[in-house]
Amino acid sequence: MSQHLLSISDLTKLSALHILDTAANLAKATETMIKKLPTLRGRTIVNLFFEDSTRTRISFEAAAKRLSADVINFSAKGSSLSKGESLKDTAITLQAMGADGVVIRHPASGAPKRLADQKWMSGSVINAGDGTHEHPTQALLDAFTIRERLLGGEGDLRGMRIAIVGDILHSRVARSNILLLKMLGADVTLIAPATLLPVNINNWGVDVSFDFDKEISSFDVVMMLRVQRERMVESFFPSEREYARNYGLNSERLSKLKEKALVMHPGPMNRGLEISADAADSIHSVIPEQVKNGVLVRMAVLYLLLSGEQL
Amino acid sequence: MSTIMSESDITRALRRIAHEILERNNGAKSLVLLGIPTRGATLARRLANLIGDLEGEACSLGTLDTTLYRDDLRLQSPRSLLPTEIPKEGITDRNIVLVDDVLYSGRTIRAALDALSEFGRPKTVQLAVLVDRGHRELPIRADFVGKNLPTSRNERVMVKVVEIDGVDDVSIEGSKIEGNK
Repeated sequence: MSQHLLSISDLTKLSALHILDTAANLAKATETMIKKLPTLRGRTIVNLFFEDSTRTRISFEAAAKRLSADVINFSAKGSSLSKGESLKDTAITLQAMGADGVVIRHPASGAPKRLADQKWMSGSVINAGDGTHEHPTQALLDAFTIRERLLGGEGDLRGMRIAIVGDILHSRVARSNILLLKMLGADVTLIAPATLLPVNINNWGVDVSFDFDKEISSFDVVMMLRVQRERMVESFFPSEREYARNYGLNSERLSKLKEKALVMHPGPMNRGLEISADAADSIHSVIPEQVKNGVLVRMAVLYLLLSGEQL
Repeated sequence: MSTIMSESDITRALRRIAHEILERNNGAKSLVLLGIPTRGATLARRLANLIGDLEGEACSLGTLDTTLYRDDLRLQSPRSLLPTEIPKEGITDRNIVLVDDVLYSGRTIRAALDALSEFGRPKTVQLAVLVDRGHRELPIRADFVGKNLPTSRNERVMVKVVEIDGVDDVSIEGSKIEGNK
């Protein structure tokens, strides 16, 4: 694995599976009693959040703390960042503080790459979501959850039929998931209104459908995406009611799913819009498990990036 | 490369260790064998089978990965983690026998002792190894040894087991002269 985790395209199939296997072994090592491992004692990890987040920041914080690293939380609100400090000066500050790893979330696509490429600081950079680009640890935890639930926790995802439904255009989760799920051998189908699909979607090597009902009973996993109202400056669909009717996961669609199909959502959910309350709380739903697995996968990533000598 | 132990040597050594473990612990009750992956876990399974045959009841068996507790993580590129499986009855108040293939610096065993203390408080912790090659860097010794093998630091001791490597043997590689101080 390289020094940073900026995009799923930094990984090979082998290194992606290595992360999942590491997470699985961490699960075994921590399930009985241990809540804290001494592995990253003395290392400092900075959570640098330029955009609101609850679960990702908390998840990274929990992961770092379970490995005994020191965690510094740095959010845009209430720091010099809101006074207009540049990314460069922030990075130089972090370097001076001796950060071994920086977990960054930023509204601009590519900000983590800039931080990693510019050599302002020597630590590892982990992308925790940049604009509409990528969110690699979310894709890894989704793949981990699918593998644990449907494939006995081993190997790749060959043969899995996975639907990603909703706001693909604004979704970094979708971009990372498409790259990773395809790399691991799954069949990916995107389901969305045409206005919420990127223009060059035909080059992505995935199936595209505008009709959620047509093949719904053939999917092993239905991954619902949040409608990202905060990124929508124009109207992408006529009304929320119409969106919910055509692309929301409601109880009628829920009843058509395969018996063992999983319902996933990266959170936060808009209950009643892309997912109905009974779908979110049904036996198909693995949404709380995704959160739990998120900590394990992030522990694995931190372990693999920060435990050894950087070469 | 020269072979130090053949398949039958290994079998005989393990049989003797199984008897010694039973003698020391007055039977297999309250005994838990924990193998250190990968080869140690295989040897622990074999010892558990031997003890089961001798005592007529299965002996508690698990694996313990020490990677997360090592003190040399910073000195090398990240190591792969291996499975840890603690028997569900736990380790508290039980007699634990750690099983590994080669005892060398003692650092793996130190890490294993740290890892163990996270899972409970054993009554005793003992150590069984197939080969003790010396050069300890910590005050740690084995309770049950298959073979004491004086080596130089330049040599490499390789344990192969049929379950993983397709063959059972212990061999030694590298020059003896260079390492002699």
